[in-house]
Amino acid sequence: MKAVISVIGKDEVGILAKVSSMCAEYNANVTEVTQSVLQDVFAMVMLVDISKLSIPLSELSDKMKELGKSLGLSIYVMHEDIFNSMHHI
Amino acid sequence: MINLSDILETIRMIQDENLDIRTITMGISLLDCIDSDIDKACTKVYDKITRCAENLVKVGTEIEKEYGIPIINKRISVTPIAMVSTACHESPIPFAKAMDKAAAAVGVNLIGGYSALVQKGFAAGDRELIESISEALASTERVCSSVNIGSTKAGINLDACKLMGEIVRKTAELTVDNDCFGAAKLVVFCNSVDDNPFMAGAYHGVGEPDCIINVGVSGPGVVRSALAKNPDANINEVANIIKTTAYKITRVGQLVGVTASERLGVPFGIVDLSLAPTPVVGDSVAHILEEIGLEQCGAPGTTATLALLNDAVKKGGVMACSSVGGLSGAFIPVSEDAGMIDAARSGSLTIEKLEAMTAVCSVGLDMIAVPGDTTADAIAGIIADEAAIGMVNSKTTAVRIIPAIGKKEGEELDWGGLFGRAPIMPINKKSPSRFIGRGGQIPAPLHSLKN
Repeated sequence: MKAVISVIGKDEVGILAKVSSMCAEYNANVTEVTQSVLQDVFAMVMLVDISKLSIPLSELSDKMKELGKSLGLSIYVMHEDIFNSMHHI
Repeated sequence: MINLSDILETIRMIQDENLDIRTITMGISLLDCIDSDIDKACTKVYDKITRCAENLVKVGTEIEKEYGIPIINKRISVTPIAMVSTACHESPIPFAKAMDKAAAAVGVNLIGGYSALVQKGFAAGDRELIESISEALASTERVCSSVNIGSTKAGINLDACKLMGEIVRKTAELTVDNDCFGAAKLVVFCNSVDDNPFMAGAYHGVGEPDCIINVGVSGPGVVRSALAKNPDANINEVANIIKTTAYKITRVGQLVGVTASERLGVPFGIVDLSLAPTPVVGDSVAHILEEIGLEQCGAPGTTATLALLNDAVKKGGVMACSSVGGLSGAFIPVSEDAGMIDAARSGSLTIEKLEAMTAVCSVGLDMIAVPGDTTADAIAGIIADEAAIGMVNSKTTAVRIIPAIGKKEGEELDWGGLFGRAPIMPINKKSPSRFIGRGGQIPAPLHSLKN
């Protein structure tokens, strides 16, 4: 089972570190990362393995949202199924 | 890895274009709650609803967070109460109270099924239920009511039409302090469906399983912005863009429905292939029609663009899910659609045009405010007209009309939230009383010689 964590906002030092350390804290294994910075806008998409997650996914989603708020970023945690069902037949 | 642009597209649809799941509706059969003692029956009703739907809101919220998709409403529909209350031989108001209490206990904002099906005549209990609707809606907060007065196979019950004209007006009168809101919770149907997840017309049909999950999707904003990216597309391409977008929207509905049904341990019923607007700017069906090329909704061409939209939504959605049902089509509730509100205010959109539009889309004359001096017979006439469109075209049609007691054309009713605000629209002042007063049954139409 995997989830996609997307981070969008103004670029600053340590975003990747903060998001990935929260993943580590709750045992979400980061398997892929894509990121780009376009004119100061930071966009990162992380694929994480959540099969051994230590808390329910809905709680991780809440915690990431709070982290995003404190950093002035938007962080969305979404189960990969929503992308698979929407974009693959 | 999942394609990056797919991920960003999904996020944009949800964050910027108001893609959401409009409702997860749990249908619950109350047939096993029938009892000749009304107190016992109401206790059974309360117990069954609260038992079946105990985790509905919790599971809905969990799914919302896990998939990152808003689920706007969690709701309940029950067996038409007239079938349950008939054994009691007294006013069914206590059932409305029990439904209201149960809905509050499990945390859903609306519960549908204070209903009667009288398309071919009144059975025991039907008339009592219909006559109690006004009081039931005025004295409860969450209960919704519907009455089916016609069908393609049975024709139209004109006695019921007349009665419903009176009930709609009386419901508005009893809730005049709340901008006549009671009438916004009352739908009069022709060809009503058993598995509709949308309020206020949802009820749980008798052919349905004991408990089931139905889902209604939304996303007019997504369709509009997909069209906006292709301003020069010809009309075939427009239809294709709508189909592709509807497919994606409906896939999310299917996913959420299947997940909810697994977690609640309840079978999954249907996805309603719908485009349901909200009063929020950017979530309007009227704006899709305008994006296709109308100066404003209501202009000549409105019916044709809506027919195309409605058909393409179904074609795209049908492949996206395992089972389709409910009302399935684009909704055109005036008060709940920013573009419709503007069009009604400017006079571009009239009741007569809306009536024509209902012949090609789901569902009917929906959330329309009419002047406070509109007579019960005039409302009955509107109901009969709308039912005739449904009966002849073998489709569901409905009337949810709100007589704005004490107000006149040009003023507005404002309920806020998802119900929005309704500009009071002028209606034809000539009387249909002699026709409505004849009573009896309009015969079912011929099913051949179609022209």
